[in-house]
Amino acid sequence: MATVELRDIRKTFGTVDVIKGVDLRVEDREFVVFVGPSGCGKSTLLRMIAGLEGISSGDLLIDGQKSNDVSPDARGLAMVFQSYALYPHMTVADNMAFSLRLAGVSKEQRMEKVRSAARILQLEPLLERKPKELSGGQRQRVAIGRAIVRQPRVFLFDEPLSNLDAALRVQMRLELARLHQQLDATMIYVTHDQIEAMTMADKIVVLRAGVIEQVGSPLELYHHPANLFVAGFIGSPKMNFLETTVIEVNEQGAAVSLPGGGTLTVPVVPGSVRPGSDVTLGVRPEHLSLGSDGVMHGQVSVVEHLGGGTLVYVQTQGDDIIVVQADGDTDISVYDAVAVGIRPADCHLFDQNGAAIARSTRHHLADRRRGAPAPAPRAVGGHH
Amino acid sequence: METTLRAKLLMTVFAWTVTLLIFFPIFWMLVTSFKTEVEAVATPPSLFFEPTLENYDAVQERANYIRFALNSIGISIGSTLAALAFGIPAAYAMAFFPTKRTKSTLLWMLSTKMLPPVGVLVPIYLLFRDTGLLDTQIGLVIIYTLINLPIVVWMLYSFFKEVPGEILEAGRMDGPKPRQELWMLLMPLALPGIASTGLLSVILCWNEAFWSLNLTASQAAPLTAFIASFSSPEGLFWAKLSAASTMAIAPILIIGWLSQRQLVRGLTFGAVK
Repeated sequence: MATVELRDIRKTFGTVDVIKGVDLRVEDREFVVFVGPSGCGKSTLLRMIAGLEGISSGDLLIDGQKSNDVSPDARGLAMVFQSYALYPHMTVADNMAFSLRLAGVSKEQRMEKVRSAARILQLEPLLERKPKELSGGQRQRVAIGRAIVRQPRVFLFDEPLSNLDAALRVQMRLELARLHQQLDATMIYVTHDQIEAMTMADKIVVLRAGVIEQVGSPLELYHHPANLFVAGFIGSPKMNFLETTVIEVNEQGAAVSLPGGGTLTVPVVPGSVRPGSDVTLGVRPEHLSLGSDGVMHGQVSVVEHLGGGTLVYVQTQGDDIIVVQADGDTDISVYDAVAVGIRPADCHLFDQNGAAIARSTRHHLADRRRGAPAPAPRAVGGHH
Repeated sequence: METTLRAKLLMTVFAWTVTLLIFFPIFWMLVTSFKTEVEAVATPPSLFFEPTLENYDAVQERANYIRFALNSIGISIGSTLAALAFGIPAAYAMAFFPTKRTKSTLLWMLSTKMLPPVGVLVPIYLLFRDTGLLDTQIGLVIIYTLINLPIVVWMLYSFFKEVPGEILEAGRMDGPKPRQELWMLLMPLALPGIASTGLLSVILCWNEAFWSLNLTASQAAPLTAFIASFSSPEGLFWAKLSAASTMAIAPILIIGWLSQRQLVRGLTFGAVK
């Protein structure tokens, strides 16, 4: 068992509040990703869990034990750094065995553990090399190997893939996901890349300016963003936002006006919004379509052909620019007049404070755990 | 194209001029050491002459070079080791556990170098006389250590500061005690810096003349005193003085020349990224 719990964790540097009260529970064997724009405090939060930064107030519980003042090495965590932070004067094997050497483990046992970690990461032929003789991807693997050797309760990753090139990043992403399954370990992962977050996480924690904006599974965040920030941050290309007004509220939801005079009834919980209120309508580019039956009309201003898809930037009559992700074979050019179709079920409404207005339906994948369709029953911890 | 070429040419000429200007006195000293006393003072100076080793013979006859040299080596290395032994822990503490006053402490340490040594000559001399340190190697080791510590600490501090923080943080996750962190991580990582600090300290000790001339007589006198003994009241013997000086600076010049490459190579590391 390895759980991590944060209770009203705060961090202040001088007079600046960096982390402003974070409550979070990381379950055993969960892959949790902290994501957010740079400066949101995600790395600081991770470093506080690691013990590399002090905790100004609040409680950090590792396996239920308060660990605020426990030294980093005694917390039973291992961290993989963005720069890999290998010891340049030691061989790969010595790098991986360093913690064991400090702990007084015999050389035999050290080598055995190093070899078994090296086998998992295909590092065996490199054990006698120095870090400078390795490629970026290999160094990254050594850094992960150094973490594995310690058999930590929780793995911490601080933007581990951001120094790798795009192709290697995709490969390492897969490897990390595989490693998570293989080691069956609790992992906390920090990134600014929402694709990494979406692809690897069991649970994503979206942070902004030292505050958690939303916690949920990748698809929950995608289909049910709690506010404008999360809606805009998760998903690529970014969600379209249109300022509009509620015309009518009925049992189907709230009808809002569209640029050019149309209306659209978004399925929100009746009573959660009043007619006449100003709201923001959010809809993702991939949920829009081009066709004669469209409800919004406009003119194409930019076309981006990506091969598999086409991004069409449409200037509406209301002078908003909305992005439509159309088929890759779409034959369209700038200045064409187009109609944009919207499915009401894919739309989101946000109130004036940016908070999402509760939807009356829930996406069928939003609450499913990533991976296996039905989680296999696990033996409850304890001795028999 | 042409302007960059001209600029390159100008820079080259400039660099060579400066280099030659700096090197010329050493070159001239070397040349003079192979002249006779008469040729050495001739005006205009003679560039073409029959080289002779008679000055080196004369110097050897008059003074025991080896004894002076051994003193120089012993004092330089001794005080460098002592300065590093005190300086490394001090710089470690200042670089990684700084307080509000660390910066001012460093500046204050450096400011002690601004004091003219002659200002403390009398008290130091009296102290040395009363403690029996006059004309002893240990006496000079103590004074040189004290003189060089500010620079040693300052240099080590900047080298330690350059060690990538994430490597030390990775270390802290692995759990070394401070002593282990210093020995197993920081010192190997900062080794090129420690080596160049040590080298500088050796050079400074080797060249120091004020205290060595004032605090030693014969037993502990290093090579600076050896040179000085050739500018005696009987008159200046330029050729012999040059020969003595050449012999005095030769070891340190060779050490500097050899270690230079090693130091530069050591500074390129493959640690981060």
